[in-house]
Amino acid sequence: MLEIKNLHVKLEEEDKQILKGVTLSIGAGEVHAIMGPNGSGKSTLSYVLSGRDGYTVTDGSATLDGADLLVMEPEVRAAQGLFLAFQYPVEIPGVGNMTFLRTALNAQRKTRGEPEISAGDFLKLVREKAKGLKIDADMLKRPVNVGFSGGEKKRNEILQMAMLEPKMCILDETDSGLDVDAMKLVSEGVNALRSAGRSFLVITHYQRLLDHIKPDVVHIMAAGRIIKTGGPELALEVENNGYADLLAEVL
Amino acid sequence: MANIELDLPQLDVRDGVDRETIETVAAMGAYKYGWATDIEMDYAPKGLSEDIVRLISAKNGEPDWLLDWRLSAYRRWLGMEEPHWAMLTYPKIDYQDQYYYATPRSMAVKPKSLDEVDPKLLATYKKLGIPLKEQALLAGVEAPEGERRVAVDAVFDSVSVGTTFKAELAKAGVIFCSISEAVKEHPELVRKYLGSVVPPTDNFFATLNSAVFSDGSFVYIPPGTRCPMELSTYFRINAENTGQFERTLIICDRGAYVSYLEGCTAPKRDTHQLHAAVVELVILEDAEVKYSTVQNWYPGDEEGRGGIYNFVTKRADCREARAKVMWTQVETGSAITWKYPSCILRGDDSQGEFYSIAIANNAQQADTGTKMIHLGKRTKSRIVSKGISAGRAQNTYRGLVSMHPKATDSRNYTQCDSLLIGDQCGAHTVPYIEVKNTSSRVEHEATTSKVDEDQLFYCRSRGMSEEEAVALVVNGFCREVLQALPMEFAMEAQSLVAISLEGSVG
Repeated sequence: MLEIKNLHVKLEEEDKQILKGVTLSIGAGEVHAIMGPNGSGKSTLSYVLSGRDGYTVTDGSATLDGADLLVMEPEVRAAQGLFLAFQYPVEIPGVGNMTFLRTALNAQRKTRGEPEISAGDFLKLVREKAKGLKIDADMLKRPVNVGFSGGEKKRNEILQMAMLEPKMCILDETDSGLDVDAMKLVSEGVNALRSAGRSFLVITHYQRLLDHIKPDVVHIMAAGRIIKTGGPELALEVENNGYADLLAEVL
Repeated sequence: MANIELDLPQLDVRDGVDRETIETVAAMGAYKYGWATDIEMDYAPKGLSEDIVRLISAKNGEPDWLLDWRLSAYRRWLGMEEPHWAMLTYPKIDYQDQYYYATPRSMAVKPKSLDEVDPKLLATYKKLGIPLKEQALLAGVEAPEGERRVAVDAVFDSVSVGTTFKAELAKAGVIFCSISEAVKEHPELVRKYLGSVVPPTDNFFATLNSAVFSDGSFVYIPPGTRCPMELSTYFRINAENTGQFERTLIICDRGAYVSYLEGCTAPKRDTHQLHAAVVELVILEDAEVKYSTVQNWYPGDEEGRGGIYNFVTKRADCREARAKVMWTQVETGSAITWKYPSCILRGDDSQGEFYSIAIANNAQQADTGTKMIHLGKRTKSRIVSKGISAGRAQNTYRGLVSMHPKATDSRNYTQCDSLLIGDQCGAHTVPYIEVKNTSSRVEHEATTSKVDEDQLFYCRSRGMSEEEAVALVVNGFCREVLQALPMEFAMEAQSLVAISLEGSVG
């Protein structure tokens, strides 16, 4: 599904190397978690994969089902099935949540050469998906993320994911700013989307989220590299001992 | 029945608004209305003189008082100077290098019914094809049962070509016709109110209009009457090198209500064309007028060649107590826009509102805003202005709020937001505030921001193209104003916002 090889990335503005050779392979239906201390390059990885401006790839490659992701515009990556759940979802004043969802969905369908979804079908779909995430009609009408609580914003990201049905989902610190109940709701939303054809890359600071979303593989990232890869037990190890030991091992 | 086929766009009002916007962007080249209709025209000789003024008056079969009115305006105009205080730069206009009167030959003798109208003219309205169903109405097609109807008057170059639903409106006592017809049929009303809001001496462009106005719309709503449908005028400049000088006069008598829509387009021409209209609204006790404009005159090309010079004087006089007016404008076209729809709040407790979206892209320049003149006690006004600049465009909000000594306990709220797209355009806000009593309150809020990269990336990461993303974000920015428009116009305006900003990113 997602193949990242020796990815080197520089931050354009500061001419600073952030990723220094990331290699990662996620198969169809797998859930991988990336953990790591602040500044290790986790969020940069998610932005580079989704095509945000401001980063230069100096070496390496990233492909989605064999197609070169790095040459695609962000909207093409989305239409190809890549989805990033933002750490800080963006507010868009004056644009209704439903309008946003429908515009996005139809834009993707158009790029893929599929017909647009009818108003009736869309409404049915959005109501059904929203229900599981406890998103009410009011939240669907409100402007995108404006005045949403932290939990509402994250639930809204998962709603978008459920509507757009991507095959490769990247969750960038989706657990940050969530209380226990909200985290449970979000995790249930994510778990409901797990399937043989859909893969996840879950970026998080804490093992807590991984109690709810069980990963197949856990990677530890530090200083722009993946320094250790293991099973779910690796997350527990980090939770108990912190990153210091692991970092010392590598350095 | 006129020989014209009509395939009406399918309207899907509640849903699909944004889909339409996006489709429109995808489906359209730059300016959609840039074709010209090849119709035989009668022109008056080029240039402006007393003779031309007499000719226009004679062509319209006007009474002496109106000819004298025009002539005195013309003589006054000769001594006036074109104003240059606005933040607009354009080459000197040669007023002698214009045609002041052009009329489709088939209209030389006014057609008695639409059957007699040149089919090419009707085909023109078909081509205009925007989600207004007006071309059908102009061709005399009845709207399907249950659908909201809009009565239309269409002004093609200098003359009104047809007004729909006249009989039904007449039943309610509403007069809706061209102003030339009103001069003949209702001279007492025209004589009483023409120039009573915008006097012939008002300003350079209004005075010019008073001398040479060719046609326009006239509306009278009798006391206590709620106009049974929306009224609409559709303006089209077709002929080359022809100025369009229409005059609109709306009188809303005591306790009456009307919602009026105005749309404008013009063909692509390499030369600039002059448009100097005057709109006068007279609003009496407890009456209310909503006046909405979607102005989409040809804006010129990317290099600033061609486009309409739009110098317009619009004013509402809330003449008696509790009169209300609401101006809503979406200004996306024209090379130059000079326009300040104003409210004179004369009656006690009268109210004025102004909602505006002004978009300037490429080489367009807009200097637009409003004047709220508070004269009566406890008068209220509200201004919401959204200016969007892209390309190399300059966009200025210019607004006056004036509280006179007798306008005690009055209030104004102004919100003025500017959005910049790219780094070569400009946004300017020039508020004038005068308060001459101690009990009134004026609030002014202004913001200027650039279109947010994070918002665009967020939209694109969900699958929208950069242009779709800009259209969505800008429509969100304008939402407050779009909501003030009647439904069909709101849809048209949303698409226009998207189209006008084409090519502004990337």
